[in-house]
Amino acid sequence: MNNVEKMEKAWLTLSGIMLLVFLIALLYASVGLGITLPGPAGEIVPAEVRTTPPFDNPGVREIAPGRYEAVVISQAWVFQPSEMRFPVGAEVTFRTTSVDVVHGFEIEGTTVNAMVLPGQITEVTYTFAEPGEHLLICHEYCGRLHHTMFGRIIVE
Amino acid sequence: MSTPVVFDPSGFELPPAQKRSIRWMIYFGFIILGVGFLNGLGQALNYADIDILKYFPGMSTYYQGLTVHGVFNALVMTFAFTNGFLSLTTARSLNRPLNPFLTHLSLWVIVIGSVMAAGAIATGQASVLYTFYPPLQAHWTFYLGAALVVISTWIVCANLLVTLKGWRRENPGERIPLMAFISICTYVMWVMASVGIATEVVGFLLPWSLGWIEGADPLLSRTLFWFTAHPIVYFWLLPAYVSWYVMVPKQAGGKLFSDTLTRAVFLMFIVLSIPVGFHHQYLDPGISGGYKALHTVLTFGVFFPSLVTAFSVMWALEMGARKRGGKGLVRWLFKLDWKNPSLVAQILAMIAFMLGGITGLINASNTLNRVVHNTAFVPGHFHLTVGTAVTLSFMGIAYWLIPYLTGRKLVAPGIARLQSWLYFIGVLVMARGLISGGMEGMPRRTMLMDSPYKEMIPSWDLAGLLTGIGGAIMFLGAVGFYGVLVGTALFGKKEVTVPDLPFTETISAPTKTVWGIRMDQFRYWVTVTIILVLIAYGPFLVQYLPPKLTSPGLQIF
Repeated sequence: MNNVEKMEKAWLTLSGIMLLVFLIALLYASVGLGITLPGPAGEIVPAEVRTTPPFDNPGVREIAPGRYEAVVISQAWVFQPSEMRFPVGAEVTFRTTSVDVVHGFEIEGTTVNAMVLPGQITEVTYTFAEPGEHLLICHEYCGRLHHTMFGRIIVE
Repeated sequence: MSTPVVFDPSGFELPPAQKRSIRWMIYFGFIILGVGFLNGLGQALNYADIDILKYFPGMSTYYQGLTVHGVFNALVMTFAFTNGFLSLTTARSLNRPLNPFLTHLSLWVIVIGSVMAAGAIATGQASVLYTFYPPLQAHWTFYLGAALVVISTWIVCANLLVTLKGWRRENPGERIPLMAFISICTYVMWVMASVGIATEVVGFLLPWSLGWIEGADPLLSRTLFWFTAHPIVYFWLLPAYVSWYVMVPKQAGGKLFSDTLTRAVFLMFIVLSIPVGFHHQYLDPGISGGYKALHTVLTFGVFFPSLVTAFSVMWALEMGARKRGGKGLVRWLFKLDWKNPSLVAQILAMIAFMLGGITGLINASNTLNRVVHNTAFVPGHFHLTVGTAVTLSFMGIAYWLIPYLTGRKLVAPGIARLQSWLYFIGVLVMARGLISGGMEGMPRRTMLMDSPYKEMIPSWDLAGLLTGIGGAIMFLGAVGFYGVLVGTALFGKKEVTVPDLPFTETISAPTKTVWGIRMDQFRYWVTVTIILVLIAYGPFLVQYLPPKLTSPGLQIF
């Protein structure tokens, strides 16, 4: 039985070490590699989105050489604008919010993935290093035609 | 060496009326699960471009069926089964009848609540899925029904605590029997956890759906929802753990190694289950990284008791297998009693849970979450956990529980064994499909079949096909289960002596040291939990409140 206790202790220690190693890896990825999550980027009244800058003028703008801002309105069941074009190497900051229900903002083939909530502004930055086409998918259920809500990102 | 604290030869039986009430609670859970399975088949086939949902009577959209699948399987079935199962384990372990009024009341409340919510869903007025995020607004009967379903679990908790109080009065200074202790721990954790969803539904969504308040606060609602909806997964899981700890070893011919460690595991679940909800909101705006990081660390913490469980349960299984002549490092696995359908179902459930645990850690990693969040990866993960580790365990438990409750012998044990294997193989195929699709960006809970963009990603085709095939195999497994269940309940041979619950013996007995006694005092652990929850959620709420009720309700489903 002492043998069992020893094995148990070893197992628990290894388990603890394993979880610790995972956490250290996450810490390194977050701080060292700069992989961050969306966070507070401002609040907005859903009914006033279309009259509140920058959402009064949705679209893509170059804000500095090679740096772009893409202002997107998420609504059931379209992204506005639904097609966006960027040059290869563009660093794009997407700003979006919802005028109605909860939506998702996932650019397939990239790490752009965020929730879009009425009342909150979502901000994500991504650099498109290679040419190609990506789907912009609403991945949060938003009503009857949720599966028809998508857009296109073209990198050329 | 062994102790009567778990192994209890008294043969105590509940009064027939209470046994009947528990039996109907379990039946109700399985009836609900059956409806959920049918819809699950429809969803899985939809991934493979086959539409059978249009043949379902009264079904107007894919999302209506998906709401049925989620609400029925994840909320109603799990609650009903657990209400019945843990009431029985507590009463049997304490050798006392339950409070008769509360026992019957909990059954009526869950049935009435479920019927209300089901009515709203069936009439197309609540296609809001089981997360019901506002501003999508369901009919008020959906929210009230859901609230009643939760309240039935509170009634059961009160019942267990009243029963425990009576036991303590008659057994001063004694340690609580292990089976009762871990059953009650499960409810104590859950009742604290459900405060979030209760506040969301009763404080905001119900009055909002009745028009008493103008708007909803989407971010606050999500936060209150996930306050409850992560710990809910432990409320699904812990009843299976109760079986894995104190019943499966007996069925396998082994023993439970440590009483104290088992109690410690369940206490860790009380303390760590709740302050982790932000890991479901990593990609939400409006919540800063510091809070999310804290919840990441605690989420990895709550993984620890499951690793401890893996040791205890595997050790007990190995002990049983070696007694039966098992040899080698892993070859002993073949010597387990693979003829016992109850054991087969639960061992397969455990294997699925290993994969479920690993995919869970991936979800919980803030960095990897950016790749998998809200993709098909997530249902791939949780069909291994709640969909199999929990559900298949419940089926395995039913293979001795239904004979125990009806006094009838299990029919067709061969089919019972086969259905577990089918279900297990099915989920592996389906999860392979969903997980690979998710990593390629395939969104979850989306009617891909009718989606205009599905054709643009050819690599999703294989993922969808595997999901459909796997789901169909799972469904066949489920059909086998219902054959055995209904056959046993109606036609099983009446037995003269009904076998008792499978009680496991423990090797090390509970101690009567100061700390041993303190372990059994829930007030200490409840206090620690409240402090930790205040640290994890308090600063965010202080900073965020008051609620921003700016979102009017929409019924665009």
